[in-house]
Order: sequence, then structure tokens, then C-alpha cells
Amino acid sequence: MSEPILSTRGLSKSFGALKAASDITLDLKPGEIHAVIGPNGAGKSTLIGLISGTLAPDDGQVALAGQDVTSLGPEDRAKAGLGRTFQISALAMEDTVLENALLGAVGATRQARRLFSPVQRDTALTERAMTALTRVGLDKVKDTRCAELSHGQRRQLEVAVALTLAPKAFVMDEPMAGLGAEGSKTMTGFLDTLRAEAPILLVEHDMDAVFALADRVSVMVYGKLIATGTVDEIRASRDVQDAYLGSDA
Amino acid sequence: MIAERWITLLTLAGFLAIPLWALAVDEPFTITLATRAAILALAAVGLNIALGIGGMVSLGHAAFFGLGGYAMGILAFHAQSFQPLDLGLFTIEGTKSMPVIWLTAIAVSALAAWLIGLLSLRTTGVYFIMITLAFGQMFFYFAISWGTYGGEDGLSIYVRNSFPGLNTLVPIQFFAICFVALCAALFFQWRLRASPFGLALNAARQSEARVATVGLSPKRLKLLAFVISGAITGLAGALFADLNRFVSPTMFSWQLSGELIILIIIGGVGRLAGPVIGAALFVALEHWLGGLTDFWHVWLGLILLLIVLFARGGIVGLLTGKAGPHV
Repeated sequence: MSEPILSTRGLSKSFGALKAASDITLDLKPGEIHAVIGPNGAGKSTLIGLISGTLAPDDGQVALAGQDVTSLGPEDRAKAGLGRTFQISALAMEDTVLENALLGAVGATRQARRLFSPVQRDTALTERAMTALTRVGLDKVKDTRCAELSHGQRRQLEVAVALTLAPKAFVMDEPMAGLGAEGSKTMTGFLDTLRAEAPILLVEHDMDAVFALADRVSVMVYGKLIATGTVDEIRASRDVQDAYLGSDA
Repeated sequence: MIAERWITLLTLAGFLAIPLWALAVDEPFTITLATRAAILALAAVGLNIALGIGGMVSLGHAAFFGLGGYAMGILAFHAQSFQPLDLGLFTIEGTKSMPVIWLTAIAVSALAAWLIGLLSLRTTGVYFIMITLAFGQMFFYFAISWGTYGGEDGLSIYVRNSFPGLNTLVPIQFFAICFVALCAALFFQWRLRASPFGLALNAARQSEARVATVGLSPKRLKLLAFVISGAITGLAGALFADLNRFVSPTMFSWQLSGELIILIIIGGVGRLAGPVIGAALFVALEHWLGGLTDFWHVWLGLILLLIVLFARGGIVGLLTGKAGPHV
């Protein structure tokens, strides 16, 4: 297989006595969707924080496209090519859908130092933003304020903003949460095509989506990765069944 | 409901009409009041960029207002005493030229805003309010103890500074200067808000994580906004000192910082016309109610209370029917 786009080596993070992540080593190869699953409190969000740079690890490294990004903050990791979506939408709620997508375009093209020319009249930026919105199906609500969007639409907008960055790797924190059956299906179909552009590290609770999409699955329990493998291997794994169903089962 | 653009234009038209009317009926004091309102509005426009777009509640903007005032005071003082300002390595001649004084005021307050912002932006929320307040108070006490320039008594400048081609001692001409400065600042804010920088700054107020995720540093966006904000308020300080031909430590007082915030809240946080309407109302109340009672602040407080409780978008928000941005 080819070189991984994103990899972690021995990532560890403790909060006091709690080992939220210990010795996490995983990688994301070109063209794949690598899902991370695990019960609540397994440390998945901590892992996302460590990968995206909002948390500093106690130990271990994160590499993105061959570059060690462990010491970089979230904005520099984004510049290095990481496209992240949030579990709890972190959007500019008072702004419109288009403005949120434009923000991504401004960030991706490093134009935030322009103080005087109207951003909405910049055709290159608006085209970039509109392309991303069209792809997730939000182009018709571009002038709606983000606060008035449904939960599912916010999820789609999160993905659209990440798309404007044209990242080397996506890190998505529960993109299906709150989407409902129909929305979840649409998003699954979309992510399926997206992996050709950039690989996706997918943290997700929706097992149907995970099993439909993932090339590989890693299982996280109590801050540790207990298994990594194909969907079939993970389904068959005794350790995983114990972790999910309890070892007494 | 009225579009915000029209409110801004109508406000400015009204701001221009009152002194012109006063000129026609020969009421120079009304022109001076309008000038005072325009300068306070300019100072609040500066703060509105930090507060309304960037979400930085600075309770220390009097520092920049005062620095602008003292930039004018010190340069004019050395000009009227014919003694160059001795800085050890070199000396600086005083000046009575407004453009030079303005550039100095803008540069000094921008530099101060950069330093204060660099330290203050390490904090957020109530700590940011407190640290900016502390910086403002440092300047206040420094000015009080600085005997060379009058200390607590302040510094009087005998003749208003000059502007090429104008007689600044004629009230309407000095008003024109201040009004043009206000319009220029508003135009600047309008363009800034629509620019890529303005978009990113406005998003940084709402979610720092969002801005960082697209590869932008929220701290750097906010710092630049704070510097621009301080520079505009500094310019207002220089004009204010020229209006009164007097500079004193009260320009650094925290009450002034508070008043600037109140002006913005009454008018409408983040709105172009917000500080202008707030300043006009403030000066009008100060004059009319202040003539009736020494306790006119009670009525100002009541208005503020009503706005905070029932009209979160301020007066502009009431007129447009839209709530303002949340800070």
C-alpha cells in the first residue's frame, strides 16, 4: 500500500488520572475511509482533538502528508491540509450559509488580510464557496442564516466548509448525528464518492453508515485501540463483541 | 421596517442638518454640541469595530482616546512654548498642524493598541474586560503624575490647531472637519465589514474554533481589529482635545470607556449608525437634561436599561426589526 496521508504514532493524553487516549497508532491511506468506533467515553473525541490540534498530546506524534504536525495548532494543521468537521456544529450561527462557506474559501486562499474589497463580489471566492454548497445540496438555502438551518443541514454545511479547503485528509466527527434515516443515507452516498478526493477518518456512532462506508475500522475502548481491520474482521472479532456487549455476555 | 443603509444615511443627513440650521439662525453653541457628538461618535465607531464585529468588550478604550488627546496636547504645547520636545537622542519640534497631529495620534494609539491587545487577547470574557480596564487606569494614573504636562490639572492649548485652507476657530469649519472624519471612519468600517477580513473577524466573534479550522488565527484577526479600533479612537481623542483646546487625565478615565460602550449599546452594537445615534442622544441628554438636573445620568441609565431589556439591537435594531449581533 502507498504512504499514509495521516498517521499517529503512540498518541497519549491523560486528564488527571483518566487516560483518555493511550498509545494510539493508526493511519489513513489515500482513497480510504477509516472509521473509528467505540462506546461512549471511549476517547474518540479526545483522539479527534489530538489529531486536529485542539489538544496537545502528552506523548506521541501526528504526521500529515509526511510532515510532523505534532507541535502545530489547529490553524496550522488546517493550512497543512486537514479538513475537520465538528460533532457539535461550530459554525458562525448569525451568518448565512454562503458566508460560512466563504469563510472556508477565504481561509483556504489565505485572503483574510484583504481589508477593503467586498468578499461577496469576489467571483473566485464565491464560486469556490458555491461549488462546495452545491455538492452537499445547500445551494438553494445559501442566504439562510445558519441559526435557522435544521440540524441535518448544519451537518451538511460543516462538510461543505471542509470541502472549500480542498484538504489532503478529512477528519469527521459524527457527520451522521441527527440526520435521520433519509439524510444519513444521502450523506453516506456523498462520503462514498468523497474518498476519491481525500481519505476520511470517520468517527461515527451510526453503525449502518460505518459498515457501508469503511474500508477499515478501528475500535477504541477506554482510550485504547483494541482492534483494527476490515469490516468483516471487526464484525467477527471476539474482543470487539466483548467490548460492545460486555465480557459477561 | 427600514433598511439599515437608509438609517445610516438619514442619521448622517440629520447630523449635518442640525449644525447647518444652527449656522443659519446663529446658534454657535449648538454647532459645538454637534461637533462634540461627532467626535464621541467617531471614538465609539472605533470601539464598535472591536466590540461589534470582533466581540472584544474593551473597557480600556479611553487609553487610546487619551493618547490621541495627549499627542495633540504635547505637540501643540511644544509649538506654543517654542521649546522642542527633547527625547535624549534627538528632539522633535512641536506643531500646530492638524494633519501631523492626527497622524501622530493614530500612530501612537495604534502602537499602544497593539501592545495592549497582544497581552489582553490572551484572555477572554470578563478577564478581557478587566485587563483592558487595568491598562486604561495605568494611563490615567501616569497622566495624573506627569507634571511636565500639567499632571492632574491638564494642559491648555491657547489657539486651536490649524488645517490648511480652513479657519478652524470658526465652529462650522471645525465641525466640517470632524464630520468628514466621522464619515470616513464609517465608510472604512462599512468596507471592512464586507471584506474577507471582516467576514473572518465576524466569524471569530461567533466561533474561534470555526475560524481556526479553516486555517486562520482568531487571535491575529482580533489583534488587527483591536489596532484599527484603537487608532480610530485615538484620532477622535486628538479632535476632542482640539475642540476643548484642553487635555487632562479625565480623557483617560474609565468612565469614558464605559460611556463609549453605553453609546454603542443604545445605538446598536455592530451597526454602522449605532455609535452615531448613541452619541447624538448622549450629547442631547447631557445638554438638555443636564441643564435641568445634575442627576441626568439617571435618565440615561433608564434608557440603557430599557434598551438592554427590550431592544437588544439598540435603536437601530428597533428600526430595522432585527436583533443585533451577540457579544
